[in-house]
Amino acid sequence: MAESAKANAHPTADEDPNRRDFIHIAALSVAGVGAAATAWPFIDQMNPSGDTLALASIEQDISKIAVGQQMVIKWRGKPVFIRHRTPAEIAAAVKDDHADMRDPASDASRTKPGQQQWLIVIGVCTHLGCVPNFGTGDYGGWFCPCHGSVYDTSGRIRKGPAPLNLQLPDYQFTGPTQVKIG
Amino acid sequence: MRFRLMTPNKMRTVLAALTLGAVAMTAGSALAKTSAREPQDVHFSFEGPFGTFDQAELQRGYKVYYEVCSACHSMNLLSYRDLAMKGGPFYDPKHPNTPPAQSPYAKAIAAGVQVSDIDTSTGDVVQRPATPADHFKAPFPNEYAAKAANGGALPPDLSVITRAREGGPAYVYSLLLGYEDPPKGMTVPDGKYYNPYMPGDMGSYWAGSKTEVPEGGFIAMPRQIVDDRVSFDDGTKSTSANEAHAVATFLAWAADPHQVERKQTGLAVMIYLFVLTLITYLSYRRIWAKIGH
Amino acid sequence: MSGHSTYEPKTAFERWLDTRLPILRLANDTALDFPTPKNLNYWWTFGGILAICLVVQIVTGIVLAMHYVANSALAFNSVEHIMRDVNHGWMIRYIHANGASMFFLAVYVHIARGLYYGSYKAPREVLWLLGCVIYLLMMATAFMGYVLPWGQMSYYGAVVITNLFSAFDKIIPGVGTAITTWLWGGFAVDNATLNRFFSLHYLLPFMIAGVVGLHIWALHVPGNNNPVGVEVKSKADTVPFHPYYTVKDAFAILVFFIPFAWFVFFAPEALGHADNQVPANPLATPIHIVPEWYFLPFYAILRAVPDKLFGVLLMFSAIAMLFALPWLDTSKIKSMRYRPTARWFFGFFILATLGLGWCGGKLPDDVVIPFGRDAVSGEAVGFTVVMMSRVLAAYYFAYFLLVMPLLGLFEKTLPVPDSISTPVLTKGGAAMPSGAAAAPEKKG
Repeated sequence: MAESAKANAHPTADEDPNRRDFIHIAALSVAGVGAAATAWPFIDQMNPSGDTLALASIEQDISKIAVGQQMVIKWRGKPVFIRHRTPAEIAAAVKDDHADMRDPASDASRTKPGQQQWLIVIGVCTHLGCVPNFGTGDYGGWFCPCHGSVYDTSGRIRKGPAPLNLQLPDYQFTGPTQVKIG
Repeated sequence: MRFRLMTPNKMRTVLAALTLGAVAMTAGSALAKTSAREPQDVHFSFEGPFGTFDQAELQRGYKVYYEVCSACHSMNLLSYRDLAMKGGPFYDPKHPNTPPAQSPYAKAIAAGVQVSDIDTSTGDVVQRPATPADHFKAPFPNEYAAKAANGGALPPDLSVITRAREGGPAYVYSLLLGYEDPPKGMTVPDGKYYNPYMPGDMGSYWAGSKTEVPEGGFIAMPRQIVDDRVSFDDGTKSTSANEAHAVATFLAWAADPHQVERKQTGLAVMIYLFVLTLITYLSYRRIWAKIGH
Repeated sequence: MSGHSTYEPKTAFERWLDTRLPILRLANDTALDFPTPKNLNYWWTFGGILAICLVVQIVTGIVLAMHYVANSALAFNSVEHIMRDVNHGWMIRYIHANGASMFFLAVYVHIARGLYYGSYKAPREVLWLLGCVIYLLMMATAFMGYVLPWGQMSYYGAVVITNLFSAFDKIIPGVGTAITTWLWGGFAVDNATLNRFFSLHYLLPFMIAGVVGLHIWALHVPGNNNPVGVEVKSKADTVPFHPYYTVKDAFAILVFFIPFAWFVFFAPEALGHADNQVPANPLATPIHIVPEWYFLPFYAILRAVPDKLFGVLLMFSAIAMLFALPWLDTSKIKSMRYRPTARWFFGFFILATLGLGWCGGKLPDDVVIPFGRDAVSGEAVGFTVVMMSRVLAAYYFAYFLLVMPLLGLFEKTLPVPDSISTPVLTKGGAAMPSGAAAAPEKKG
């Protein structure tokens, strides 16, 4: 065996175990960093793509929704209820502000100031994700057919298994009859 | 008699060279009977591993596309939001966190275009201002309408045109400026124009010697890019060369919008690979140092 | 898998597992302690490189399938959606597309290494056959994958390759047509074809992975061949696979990654065709269609023959030659290191194959060596691409059918060392350039 020749080439290779270890550890560490960096694109590719994100925010003309009517639009793949509430519905909602509720919230906190007639909620039951129907149930609001959750005219949970009120999307009025959701 | 001209060592070197050569050899091998003049040797800022797009030129190029090309050519794969993506013509480096679809530039550009939509309350087709999420408006409702309006020739979609033509942006540039009077002895069909950069086979339109058939082909598009066709907002002179160069740059970006990001990532990857390869080589030598053979 | 196991469970858990599922023992015996000839040179690293290529293709492919739509109306745009809008989609697709080329580059080197060092000879015939099966599956996978973007080249590639089967109409009328109709699921390449190609393109890589498992199993029964071609005689001839070959393979894989990355990041379309950026149009064929570079030699053989059926049969037999090779080669000596004459024939074989590849990319009537001009048409005449393909194809087949069987009977060979470790016999003063056991790259 050519032990002596090898020893000449790397005079400290056999004597200095620390140095030998260092290079292997360095190689493994650098490779590990590379593997982690490579993993990111393969994970990130499952996040929403550019075209999906482009629709993450939409503008909607609400001038055609008559009082007492609602429009259901699709936003981020989910239904959004845009409800033009009647004065009676608003009054019923405000009256119950201090009633015993699972997820207490005032009606004013669920609408924009000066725009109380517009209730904009994500139409997904907070129980297990079904879409509630309007006009049935005991509180004049929504009723979820899946497991019987009942929401009032402010979209607050009043009865049934759902833990939370109907969620509010991020939205703002960009004009008198123009709303931007998301 | 012994054949011993090559040692196994040499053989190995030759084999390695051949293997590498195989890729190079077969890559540029597609040659057809058609002929076209080689595109001009024109320089673009995005060439090479370090090249980047000149944003001002991208904006000029978009203007040329919008004011000239888009009258006939669609760009179906592009959306208005793409104009404001990182590295795009209307990207705002001051607001890097604004999503492209929220960019005021993309919104303004889109709002200037009317697109068809369905009125959800009546089902009627209505016109509305485009949003950044909308695709570029196509000039014709379908390809039959496009053909009918252009003498039977379909103006190709320009979304990936620099990738879809040999020669890429240099070809686009050369073609746009390359219109020439047909050589004597050539019969040009009605509604066609001679362009030496357009691939074609002129054999049957040529009265002269078969060995001297001119290069090039016929194109259904007349010359569009002329001096002062588009006035640039940034003061760049509206020469036909500047216009063609800008639109070729814009189309190259549109066909490959991640090009700069790709090359920059590539640079980091290459440096990383060289470093790790070197360290692994040292590790390999260290491990094998103990083995005599 | 062969010989006795060197695995010793160290912990109580390992002992517990070992009596129930000896998976750690298997890993140890095949990937860690496996005795490997100590003189393997860099050509042997391509096995590891290929394993990595397969993993890269499967991982990127699964990701692409999450975004791709196998529908003739949507496929092209879904690929562009990946390139433009999916996060890092451009990178993943370019790795996958160029990865196919790198995979074939590596497999050709791997096959050439097997040819040169006689790795197909007893007791490794099954190992070689499994390798040939992998190669066939790779070709099928690559072909169907190329169809998926549904560009012009995709479409007409699928049209031409599936139409090969219509040649069988000449043997039994109707059979070829029936086969193509069945392959297409219609009367032409269309949506049904695209869908089944996508399904099979997703399936075949896992079949490849399965056959690779068998390939490695068949490798570990006789153990590796080596540059000397003399079987391992004692423990002195071997080193454990880990760390000696894990680190060497790792180094080679990284070197391989450098040109790979260069293609992906700096020349991602260099190996593609501009025409494939045009959506498939069944009503108009591109002016010049060529297959991907890795199929060009076979394409040249196909076109070398004017008869459709015979051309198809000849092309398939070009691949069949590889399967028959272990029984065609009569030489008892494995490594061409000791077969100087065979080395020449081998060198010309590689040149002929590369030449066929070059021919496959040209038009058949292109003139390679001009003799003059045709008196009437004025066009150049001379030695054309198709003539050159014929000459090269003739050599390709002669190499397998004449050279391999006959050379082993008549050639003069050099003295072969007794074992990997013993110094070379220098009888007759034959200069042994690199020494039997020392690959030059390993010298201190």
